[in-house]
Amino acid sequence: MMQVNPGPIAAAGIATASSRAADAPMTGTPPPMLSPTTYGLAPAQGREVFLASDARRVSAVSRWRKRLSWPLGIYTTPVAILITWQVLAEAGLLSPTAAPAPTVIARTGWQLWQQGVLGPDLEISLVHRAALGLLLGLGAGIVTGVIGGLLRSGENLFNGIVQILNTIPILAILPVMIVWFGIDELPKVLIIAFGAFVPMYLNLFAAIRSVDQRLVEMARTTGAGRWRLVTRVMFPGALPGFLVGLRFSLAFSILGLVAAETLNANSGIGFLITNGQTYMQPDQVWLGLVIYAILGLLADQFVRLLQRVLLRWRPGYEAA
Amino acid sequence: MSAATVASARQRAGAVIDHVVRRFGPRVVLDHLSLTIAEEELVVLLGPSGCGKTTLLRLLTGLDRPDGGTVEVPVRRAIVFQGDRLLPWQRALPNVALGLSGPDARQRASAALAEVGLAGRERAWPKELSGGEAQRVALARALVSEPELVLLDEPFAALDAITRLRMHNLVRALRRQHHAAMLLVTHDVDEAITLADRIVVMSQGRIAASHPVPLSAAEREAGAAREDLRAALLADLGLANQL
Repeated sequence: MMQVNPGPIAAAGIATASSRAADAPMTGTPPPMLSPTTYGLAPAQGREVFLASDARRVSAVSRWRKRLSWPLGIYTTPVAILITWQVLAEAGLLSPTAAPAPTVIARTGWQLWQQGVLGPDLEISLVHRAALGLLLGLGAGIVTGVIGGLLRSGENLFNGIVQILNTIPILAILPVMIVWFGIDELPKVLIIAFGAFVPMYLNLFAAIRSVDQRLVEMARTTGAGRWRLVTRVMFPGALPGFLVGLRFSLAFSILGLVAAETLNANSGIGFLITNGQTYMQPDQVWLGLVIYAILGLLADQFVRLLQRVLLRWRPGYEAA
Repeated sequence: MSAATVASARQRAGAVIDHVVRRFGPRVVLDHLSLTIAEEELVVLLGPSGCGKTTLLRLLTGLDRPDGGTVEVPVRRAIVFQGDRLLPWQRALPNVALGLSGPDARQRASAALAEVGLAGRERAWPKELSGGEAQRVALARALVSEPELVLLDEPFAALDAITRLRMHNLVRALRRQHHAAMLLVTHDVDEAITLADRIVVMSQGRIAASHPVPLSAAEREAGAAREDLRAALLADLGLANQL
């Protein structure tokens, strides 16, 4: 509650003026000071009173209130949707083929896990494809982003090509990848890497270029060397932009994963979905979708956690 | 200035600025400006805003190059900027130690912080410091390298009046410890009288007037000598009629 509301302040001026007009002729006291009795008797309209109180008790109370008011935080809406969904499904308002109840999807997941189907599929999707592709894409994005950000020659080398790649949608290069690399794992990994690379480069480049020049200047005057300038000023200064890039990279690589797996796959989560589609098992299709959704959520939470740890120095980071 | 006097001045000078020219497009900001700062001398550069004070200071730091003339400064020099310019992602101690290297860097930075009255605040983030404290950290960062020339670019302009007085005392105390030449840029006449060994007034890209200030601490606070100097400075600044 740090906001200042101009309304009461403006109103307070009017209220004081009128009360002064009423008091002054009677007592003859100089008007600018409000006497304690006036203050105590009339906590008055148009005024705000801030009282000192036991700081520890207040903070404990407010902490509890905070905990009780939003116990689920950003998960509030997803959980509300899940509950509504479940209730509607149980009431028979949703057709089981269109949208099976969350508990049915969960049960399907559990059964597939016990049959030993889900585990390997997850492993292939997450480790062999997503992790490998991310590693490649982020690695390339970070290396070229740093070179492009720090050096004019790096900018000339990489910027044009990445700007071109940026306008090409992931889905559009999928057919080319298949023609070039077949339908094995390689095109899937490359699609994911592509999805991660472009936003990482663009954000890191922009972040390094927009580091406060006054700080760079200051560091030069202290006699700090080039290495220290880069590690102490440029990189930390570019960190917020880097994290934005990381968030986009993770999101786009999941998009790439879905695209690559849906078009052709004989294993993995995408295969689970196409398989469910072929054999008329909507709960299996939904299970695949839910897993993708959870991946997206986890990626976002991971970056949030990184921000909380790495950007402690930022004013007002607690609100982030 | 003849060649002989320049040569003799250089041997003992904190800085020599000789007929320096600086242009921004068609606008000539520094017009054959010459100024010599003696060893351990505190010169205050006074002038209205926009007269080229900061431009001159940037030439002395080496951040910019002159378009004409020469600037000669010691290698060991430091600057305190108008804002604190602390790295927000580093705590106070590493901020002070930014330009230091070697095994004793942390101790030296710690000692510099203690010198500006911030012992025990080594682990504070810049966002946790008040304006005056942040500016003192910036002062410590400049002094920690034991510079022969310290440049101060309106370092106290953004501080409140009380904090500014404290900073003046701090600068006087630090001058006794550090034997450095100082050039303080300000547009505050009273600040100039309080601190200066010599006050130079800048006008139209040149040094228009130079006033030595051979006054005691008490005479700087009040008295006829102070008022005469103040009147002279205001006249130099073209403010005489507005007294």
